[in-house]
Amino acid sequence: MERKANDPEESPGWFDRKENVRKVLVGLFIGCALLVLIDVVFWATGFDKHPYFRWEEWPGFYAVYGFVACVLLVLVSKHVLRPLVMRDEDYYSKIDTEEGDDA
Amino acid sequence: MPEGLPPAFIYLLGALLVPFLRGRARQVFALCVPIVGFANYFLISEGVHWTFTFLDFELILGRADRWSLIFLNIFTVLSFVGILYVLRDNRRIDLSSGLLYAGCAMGVVMAGDLITLFFFWELLTLGAVLCILARGTPDAGRAAYRYLVVHVAGGVVLLAGLFIHLADGGSLAFDRIELSGLGAWLIFIGFGINCAWPILGAWLTDTYPEASVGGVVFMATFTTKTAVYVLARCFPGEVELVWIGVAMATIPIFYAVIENDLRRVLAYSLINQVGFMVVGVGMGTPLSLNGTAAHAYCHILYKALLFMSIGSVLYRTGKSKATELGGLYRCMPWTCVFCCIGAASISAFPFFSGFVSKSMIMSSAAAGGYTIVWLALLFASAGVFHHAGIKIPFFAFFSHDSGIRCKEAPLNQLIAMGITAFLCIFVGTFPNVFLYPMLPDVTASYQPYTVAHVTDQYALLLFSALAFTLLMRAGLYPAEIRSTNLDADWIYRRGGRAFYRLVDRPLNATNEFAHQFFVGGFVGKVNRFFNAAPARLLVLLMTPYWKLQGVDAELIDDRQRELYEQTRLGAFPVGATAFVAVVLLGLLFFF
Repeated sequence: MERKANDPEESPGWFDRKENVRKVLVGLFIGCALLVLIDVVFWATGFDKHPYFRWEEWPGFYAVYGFVACVLLVLVSKHVLRPLVMRDEDYYSKIDTEEGDDA
Repeated sequence: MPEGLPPAFIYLLGALLVPFLRGRARQVFALCVPIVGFANYFLISEGVHWTFTFLDFELILGRADRWSLIFLNIFTVLSFVGILYVLRDNRRIDLSSGLLYAGCAMGVVMAGDLITLFFFWELLTLGAVLCILARGTPDAGRAAYRYLVVHVAGGVVLLAGLFIHLADGGSLAFDRIELSGLGAWLIFIGFGINCAWPILGAWLTDTYPEASVGGVVFMATFTTKTAVYVLARCFPGEVELVWIGVAMATIPIFYAVIENDLRRVLAYSLINQVGFMVVGVGMGTPLSLNGTAAHAYCHILYKALLFMSIGSVLYRTGKSKATELGGLYRCMPWTCVFCCIGAASISAFPFFSGFVSKSMIMSSAAAGGYTIVWLALLFASAGVFHHAGIKIPFFAFFSHDSGIRCKEAPLNQLIAMGITAFLCIFVGTFPNVFLYPMLPDVTASYQPYTVAHVTDQYALLLFSALAFTLLMRAGLYPAEIRSTNLDADWIYRRGGRAFYRLVDRPLNATNEFAHQFFVGGFVGKVNRFFNAAPARLLVLLMTPYWKLQGVDAELIDDRQRELYEQTRLGAFPVGATAFVAVVLLGLLFFF
């Protein structure tokens, strides 16, 4: 019963359809917009969020923080950490087999 | 027996008996051990149980209080799930090492004195090493060896600390220890090695991805969480821990973003989550300590779930690297759903387990005025969603179609994942049913579900997802590359070899020289000297004597040769030897 990829009889997966991926993305964008809107409404109406820090009351603080944090995280990983620490996949196994078991 | 049995005793006995059983009997027996353990858990009431005296020391196998019981509870739950997960292949090493590992972890959390603690602490390492070896590959063998070396070194540090602590008049009680003096610091560092602190903890991301499919579920549960437990017992409120925890929560996520092996990504996020717990211990307030206990409980559930789901992928496809996987939602839909539940839980989505526990630690940081810590933890919260919450399910189950068409995970694995996924959602949605009532400090109350908290958390997470999506679409997201990323394990994996070579050259040259000199030259000369010298000496003494007696020159030559040979071979007649002995005795008598 093993199926194979690109089997003509295999029905394409739900995520293989472009319009479905679009739906997910549109859902995400709407969600983001709604959350910012809610935050603005809280701020405008003076809703008590029981904040510990004053910046927690700024509208969109969490949204901006989450977005910026992730962009920074990815860019620093890619452009700072990776050039420093990345080696060949067999970096360790090469020396292990060279002088490892049989040595 | 109203107090039940020591849980470690039940599990260790089970681990010993499993190898002697066969077939279905072995499976049933192995699964019964955690069930008996769970029944036993309910028999244990708060108080001190199972004490005995050993070499003048009062050992306590069961200190049952709110701290130890919540850890015992989750360890018992996980031992059942873990055993169920590895049940199908019915391998002795999987079942036995899992039970051994669980038993030792329970031994640590129930220990009431430092000797019992140390005993089970060291045995934990054995359970972990077996879990790695169970993979059965040469790489796993080497990883097991590295794991053993690091943890034996850690054990020695801890033991040295315990000796110094006791010699300085410290108490044998497994309780709060003042972090001053060499002994306490060594204990602190010994715990820290198991807790995977920065630099000291490189063993974790080095070895976990090499462990067996099921073994890593036990590993992710027991070692670091017992370390969190002992830190919370001995060093609550030590401010050093706050900063160590912040480093743990933030640094590994950068590595996780560029890591290709998904099980290693999970190992990085494990350290990230343990970092939150360590911060909680360091702040030492009732709420933060409750947060640590709650987060350990939730973390064990979702981390095991994530390791199980990627483990099932590895089990079915033989692959765990992002570059080789993708599109598996078609053929492993249930595993995919469970993975997403684990991902939502670790990301602390409202109504999933991470939300109700991590926020206690965040709130304690804010309430305690730790502004930088709070900002760093918020960064780590966004980051963990990014690298574990999105990356893990995305690259395994979605992303591009890898072309792999495998079977869904086996039924036992699906049930194990299903139970854990259910608990993740149940605990996250109804924390007041059994999680919060179990927390150590009853005076600290907490309400995670406020409107603002839920919307703020959603904003943080959805905008992290937005960042991921936009970076991915813009082609800025770092491509998955088959690679090795250097970490502190370099020190003993490569640095060790460099050190070996560095030391090898001069030391072995010295050794060679010494060999030449002593064995080749000096010893031979000494040997010849002691062999021939007495003979030559005697010949030298006797020749003038013979000459004085007027013996012929020819005869003297003969006598010289005879005497030389006799002396060298020690072939004196007995009479001559006796004579010399008498002379010697006479000399001794007169002088």
